[in-house]
Amino acid sequence: MKIRLEDRPDYVEIREAPSRFRNPIGKYKVRRSLDCINCGTCAKLCPYGVHVMHQSGKRVSRPKDYKCIGFECQNKPFYCIDKCPVNALSLAINPIYETFGDYRWTADLILSTWAQAETGKFPHVDLEYRTGRSGGGFDRLRFNFPKERNWEEFGIKKTIPNSEEVSTSIDLNRRKDGRPEITIDIPIYGGGMSYGSVSLPTMLARAKAAMAWNTFTCTGEGGYPDDLKPYDDHVITQVATGLFGVREETIQRVRIVEFKYAQGAKPGLGGHLLGDKVTKDVARMREAVAGSALFSPFPFHSVYSVEDHKKHVDWIKEVNPKALVAVKVSTPTDVDMVAVGSYHAGAHIIHIDGSYGGTGAAPDIAKKNIAMPVEYAIPKVHRFLLEEGIRDEIVLVASGGLRTAYDVAKAIALGADAVVIGTAELVALECIRCGNCESGRGCARGIATTDPELSDLIEMEWGAQRIINLYAAWRSQLVDILRRFGMTSIKQLRGRTDCLIYQK
Amino acid sequence: MPQKYHINPKPTLPRFTPIGKYGTIDWMEGCLGCLKCVKKHSCVYENYDKQTSFVQKMKSVEYLYLCKNCLRCVQECTKGLLQRVINPEYSWLGDSYWTPEMILSTWYQAETGKIPVSGGGYRGPFVEEGFDEIWTDMSEIVRPTRDGIHGREYISTAVDLGRKLTALRFDANNALISNAPPFISIPIPLIFNILPFGDLSQTVLLSMAQAASEVGAFMIIKAEDYFDELNPHLKNLIPLLEVESIDEYKEIIKEAKIAEFIPLNKGGQGVVFYTDKIMEDIQRAKRINPGLIVSIRLPMNKNTDYLVDELARSGAEIIHLCADYHGNELDGSNPRFIKDVIRGVHLRLVEASIRDEVTIIASGGIALAEHLAKIIICGADLAAIDLPLLIALECRLCKNCLNNLPCPVEIHNVTPEYAVPRIANLIGAWHSQLIEVLGAMGLREVRRLRGEVGRAMFYEDLERETFGIRIS
Repeated sequence: MKIRLEDRPDYVEIREAPSRFRNPIGKYKVRRSLDCINCGTCAKLCPYGVHVMHQSGKRVSRPKDYKCIGFECQNKPFYCIDKCPVNALSLAINPIYETFGDYRWTADLILSTWAQAETGKFPHVDLEYRTGRSGGGFDRLRFNFPKERNWEEFGIKKTIPNSEEVSTSIDLNRRKDGRPEITIDIPIYGGGMSYGSVSLPTMLARAKAAMAWNTFTCTGEGGYPDDLKPYDDHVITQVATGLFGVREETIQRVRIVEFKYAQGAKPGLGGHLLGDKVTKDVARMREAVAGSALFSPFPFHSVYSVEDHKKHVDWIKEVNPKALVAVKVSTPTDVDMVAVGSYHAGAHIIHIDGSYGGTGAAPDIAKKNIAMPVEYAIPKVHRFLLEEGIRDEIVLVASGGLRTAYDVAKAIALGADAVVIGTAELVALECIRCGNCESGRGCARGIATTDPELSDLIEMEWGAQRIINLYAAWRSQLVDILRRFGMTSIKQLRGRTDCLIYQK
Repeated sequence: MPQKYHINPKPTLPRFTPIGKYGTIDWMEGCLGCLKCVKKHSCVYENYDKQTSFVQKMKSVEYLYLCKNCLRCVQECTKGLLQRVINPEYSWLGDSYWTPEMILSTWYQAETGKIPVSGGGYRGPFVEEGFDEIWTDMSEIVRPTRDGIHGREYISTAVDLGRKLTALRFDANNALISNAPPFISIPIPLIFNILPFGDLSQTVLLSMAQAASEVGAFMIIKAEDYFDELNPHLKNLIPLLEVESIDEYKEIIKEAKIAEFIPLNKGGQGVVFYTDKIMEDIQRAKRINPGLIVSIRLPMNKNTDYLVDELARSGAEIIHLCADYHGNELDGSNPRFIKDVIRGVHLRLVEASIRDEVTIIASGGIALAEHLAKIIICGADLAAIDLPLLIALECRLCKNCLNNLPCPVEIHNVTPEYAVPRIANLIGAWHSQLIEVLGAMGLREVRRLRGEVGRAMFYEDLERETFGIRIS
């Protein structure tokens, strides 16, 4: 399947990218007992491909039960359990399903993200793919989709727009300062994950997916590996407090440069890459010594005011006269002041990173307790920028705990122009959120690791396709949401809090 | 600059196999015995190898503790025979307030002295009742910030115990005429409280006292529990006694720097009528030991604000407000949580312009390092901690001891060689975390954190400002 995007002739190609593991995990478990006579009835019946004949044609393969729709199949004419002539099949909830996930990323969200990354469509299994069960923020907000008769109240057109009419693209330079206009096709770009914190194939997969969707990914604070060069136009170079791997050429080769003042995972705290993860390659990239732990201080010791901050922005603008400047900050109580300060310092994009997100290892005390969730910060910043009369000159992007297409749409309805995604991309690469990113050789699943053997667990093409697929599924949901409000552009949704209801 | 305070961690292994959250189970039926067994090749943490060595040494298999939950083996087994399970014992740990996550985190800190770190963002509910309803603030660009934990800037966590004067007075010849009351500085804003329960023995108390002196804190101990081996640590002990028994424990009072008194309890408002009497009793104790600082122990209840106000005006030096071990007020229906009680008390004293004169200690339900920071934000000068000390010694909060049943981890049998570093490690990890949040807030002194609600954000305020929702 190919998706044609509104503003450009290219196509994004959706191809199936199944799990790289032999036993994918699903919500249901289908068991075939030894009574099976390999008659192939189930394989003929199942429209979802749970039962497949082995290539030899002599026996039925082990059920691909992660595709099974479960008990809702009972009333269908193809319900294999009833149709099996020897009653060899049984169906149950997968016991692992019940041990999966957490309040923010529920089992349903992880499994549905996997399904979307595999197929590019939203999941056909009964999974709640829109919200988690954290009991607050995005998980309390719902869209107040208008019934047709109420449409006039919303001031919207009388007809539902076609999907082709709906645009999800946004512009990243609204200052009219002579620097290039940059448009991205989805209101999403990838968050900074450094070389060192994630493996090279992971980085490349993200970059390739960003290129396919005509959007961006970010280097994080770990230098700019040469392998990223083919994607220069879709990479954001991050300049963070440790200045690891930042060189003039890495600033000059990209279209956007991001200053990272703070990050949602550890607001107000410095970064720490454990010695184990500083391999020879990582050390070379960061111009450091292999095996010794690396600290990024907090804060920039050269920035203690908006004036200092302006000097920073001017410096980047001088080094690369064509670049847009993004400023990434966390969400303290005065985040609105910080945003306005960044505008006056000359930033094109202000990126607020809420405290519930983050991908890398961070102290547990920082995750829940420092800085506010992004759901509070977005409307606060949006309103303040409006009041200051500068809202339409700066792009507000939000991140930190956005897990689904619905979260993206909610963030935009609260006042953001676009969002930045980190964790969901990793989940698309089959992260299970075990949280052991930092220990030993790093991620056992080959994502957040620099161990050469473990890094090999991810093949770049496969990873890129998974992320491309995820965004295809998300985009179709975004389009669907916009259509139901009678909107033809994602830009119309911005700040429309009247489209949301708060569920008590 | 004061000498830099630091607790050096001494990794100390647990005595019993801790309870882990995840494990795998396998159905050997159907195993092909294939040569590519996941147990040999998939586990990057080498847990299956470790298990084999446990079995060879005839030790119990510890897989429920070792498993890191990566699911590689489950997903790679040729026949799909492995399943992940949640250890049922894990779900039974603790109670509604002291969750299994808190207990495991405390065990980790007591074992390693390190700050708990994990990847992948926050996993819990958006907000839960209690301390979770507060977020601490951070500094960014437009406010000065502090580089705390990695240490180029020194952040002081010292607090003072005792009564302070609001101003000094001098006579015509510029000679000081104010009589400054005694006070003591401790390097960390916490002391050890008496324990609500526990499989205690003299060694346990001795180890706790030794840990208190090692980290520079104080430990409250019931005067009747005092025994001679504690003598070397007496300068770090706070004997707790009822005012009637002052004469009985003269010898201890003579040596102690701080003592804690339980006022006569006639119930309800009764204590109010005895404010004068309490102050008289305190004077009596001070005649025994003129340098003594006295703390008054009060249970938190609906009268707390009023009582604290009265006592502070009458010259109380330290007031220790105690909630139950879930952090709730002690009377009846609809108890307030400790953070709300302390905020009320603090504001009342601020309005009466006497807050700086008296030291407030809060205790009950302080389970994690962030609770310490948050209770100080609410207005306490410091906290007294109880169950974390016991959890550091591997307590599982099964409460068997309350029913005279044997302790599954035999806490009464601990040795000081094991118990002292475990407790010191925990306090060290809390200290590091306190520095993390102070650094993030841009503060260089924990004393400046007291009552500093400007460096905190409250759930009810944010919900109201953002969504117009009123939380009652």
